[in-house]
Amino acid sequence: MPDQRIDTYPTHQYQGFDLRPGRPLPFGASLVPGGINFSIYSSAATSCTLVLFHKHEREPFIEIPFFDEFRIGDVYAMTVFGLNWEEVEYGYRMDGPWDPSNGYRFDQTRILMDPYARLIGGREVWGTDPDWSDIYHHRARLVADDFDWEHDKPLETPIEDLIVYEMHVRSFTAHESSGVSKRARGTFAGIVDKIPYLKDLGVNCVELLPVYEFDEFENSRVNDQTGERLYNYWGYSTVGFFAPKAGYAATGKFNMQVDEFKNLVKQLHAAGIEIILDVVFNHTAEGNEQGPYISFRGLDNKTYYMLTPEGYYFNFSGTGNTLNCNHPIVRNMVLDCLRYWAAEFHIDGFRFDLASILGRAPNGAPLSNPPLLEQLAHDPILAHCKLIAEAWDAGGLYQVGSFPAYNRWAEWNGKYRDGIRKFVKGEPGLVGEVAQLIQGSPNMYASRGPTASINFITAHDGFTLMDLVSYNDKHNWANGENNNDGANDNNSWNCGWEGETEDPGINALRRRQIKNFAAILMVSQGIPMFLMGDEVGRTQQGNNNTYCHDNLLNWFDWAQVEKAGDLLHFFQNVVAFRSAHPILRNRFFLSGSDYLGLGVPDITFHGTQPWQPNWSDGSARTLAFMLNGDYARGGAVRDDFIYVAMNMYWDAVHFTAPPLPAGMRWHVAVNTAMPSPQDIWAKGAEPVLDGGEILLGGRSVVILVGR
Amino acid sequence: MAFDAKLEIANGIGKITLSGELDASVAGDFRTKIEEAAAQKVSKLVLILDALEYMSSAGLRTLVFAKQKMGQGVKIYVVGATEAVSEPIKQTGFHYSVIMMDTYDPGVIEA
Repeated sequence: MPDQRIDTYPTHQYQGFDLRPGRPLPFGASLVPGGINFSIYSSAATSCTLVLFHKHEREPFIEIPFFDEFRIGDVYAMTVFGLNWEEVEYGYRMDGPWDPSNGYRFDQTRILMDPYARLIGGREVWGTDPDWSDIYHHRARLVADDFDWEHDKPLETPIEDLIVYEMHVRSFTAHESSGVSKRARGTFAGIVDKIPYLKDLGVNCVELLPVYEFDEFENSRVNDQTGERLYNYWGYSTVGFFAPKAGYAATGKFNMQVDEFKNLVKQLHAAGIEIILDVVFNHTAEGNEQGPYISFRGLDNKTYYMLTPEGYYFNFSGTGNTLNCNHPIVRNMVLDCLRYWAAEFHIDGFRFDLASILGRAPNGAPLSNPPLLEQLAHDPILAHCKLIAEAWDAGGLYQVGSFPAYNRWAEWNGKYRDGIRKFVKGEPGLVGEVAQLIQGSPNMYASRGPTASINFITAHDGFTLMDLVSYNDKHNWANGENNNDGANDNNSWNCGWEGETEDPGINALRRRQIKNFAAILMVSQGIPMFLMGDEVGRTQQGNNNTYCHDNLLNWFDWAQVEKAGDLLHFFQNVVAFRSAHPILRNRFFLSGSDYLGLGVPDITFHGTQPWQPNWSDGSARTLAFMLNGDYARGGAVRDDFIYVAMNMYWDAVHFTAPPLPAGMRWHVAVNTAMPSPQDIWAKGAEPVLDGGEILLGGRSVVILVGR
Repeated sequence: MAFDAKLEIANGIGKITLSGELDASVAGDFRTKIEEAAAQKVSKLVLILDALEYMSSAGLRTLVFAKQKMGQGVKIYVVGATEAVSEPIKQTGFHYSVIMMDTYDPGVIEA
């Protein structure tokens, strides 16, 4: 028998438990031979105690103080032997100064969750009322990294080829119309059941609203008017950065959420679909001075949060506190976290909520060279992950086009959203701006290329696409905030009636406008993203901020798949159109020149007549452009010619497409003014256009392919 | 009902019959049976679960252990799992690593 390693021997004892000095790294709780290694950081605590519970028991079975020799620098590390890792829950008590004006809020009476906890109990089943008298609500647990990935790995799809579908885990299958088994509705397993739908839709990337453990009961309340319970439904308030939300797993009550989530990733990958996580590092669920003790506040308040000179919380997130992301300790935690999700969960990319906060110094000032953003951009483990910024924050920092990108970061392009909304709505004088937007915004991303631009019309914040064409104003009364929440600058137009209507003319116009948006989005350079349910006309009844609703305001009603057949048909085909044409998906900007001598420039702009765009006409609402398919991928791939004409006048307008090289003819791929199914044609089935002239109906888009 | 695990080996096939509730407190017993089967170098491992009422995460972990312990060349059959047991197996994707069967089919397993 081989000798037992001497570092697996206990060296200390405490009330019957065998111990030895632990390893300070990695932070968190790790399985080691014979025991569990606990490691936790605090720069100002005077002592630390490990608190151990049997699973689900109210009182701890032991509290073990860290011996003096168990602290190295600012890290308390201890190995405890003989614990059943599957049955133990752990937390910490930290003693230290209570001096809020200097940033210290230690309170030894609180049991604190490990920021590195990879499995968190306490909210295992979505919406089940917690025991509010529990002394430890969010309970850290251990997890094994033994998932059978077989040959799976992140897909590393070139970013220019992505078509992103933004979705909420619970909303996607919570409705009984999903057909998912009752126990799996609203879960990771539920999404697995619906992968065939995503494949049919044609998207190759899903972006999930937050899946890190959060508390749906945070700020939960009852709406006085409706009597309905309101939740922290979207989950933009993190409890634990390293743990998938248990309540999103059908197996959460068995503590198998890690396995269930990994299986979702594995099955998405098998279907060729990437997965991007919406991550919220700008603040935590601990709120402001009045908020609860969950973790950071009691562990090392001054390190983890941005504080004013008086010791109050800076509130650049609009939610009460701001994570101190450019403090070296916090920076490392963010990095450890993302590396963990990339390596252990095979995540393909991350979208950073209010990412501009990640570029602020500990005193709140924007940094010109933020170390965290630079570090993420150059990290070896994240090297092939997509990094996407929501390039603004609630403190007034707006960095769309100027986010510190290190030639690596992409951005949600809010200017694309606003410009295209105004154009399709019919506002005049936008053709110059639209020409920039459909090229991937070279005016903003000149040195970064079109892949810096995540193009979108709608996202979880704001109206759905159907509501964008059905409401002039937000209708957020159901949120219980007197309609004061949510954005007011929606650039929406109700097409003649506020809200639902039986008027066939208005409904037809709305559907045409939706198709116009979808068509423009799919022929724009950059990365298109659309919101779950837009393809079937999902409505939130005019509510543009449904963060708190666990009901049909957020849920995908699968009955709509049948009812909105023409919209879904259009979306499926326009997504397929983009996928079939590499000229629409370039990594580098089109130049407007014929630099390879192919006879026609890569992109040319036109008005109703060829070569005559209305740049100087302040009342213009028409624009056309043509792509020379021989310039696809910089000339490396051959594609069709593509001509896109956009008429945002209310009346029909004649357009003439440029002549094609000899032997080629124009074919009609899309005409949003036509009734379904003549509004869009599958590749190879497009009818030939006689001559180059076409009458565009009022408010419509036509796409021709030349071959 | 108390947990029980019985191992039979015949013709190179290891058959473990589980009953009762499989949780962390008894997962070690199951694991021991798997190790015994592995030591006999069986070519197939059959887990009869029709009398298993409940399986915790520790139980699932033991299935993972079985897959890893037996090696890629050994097929694992999970037979007769009730809905309460089969659902977590499916929701966590473990059913892709084993062969799920409603009833013991000698024509398949003993072929």
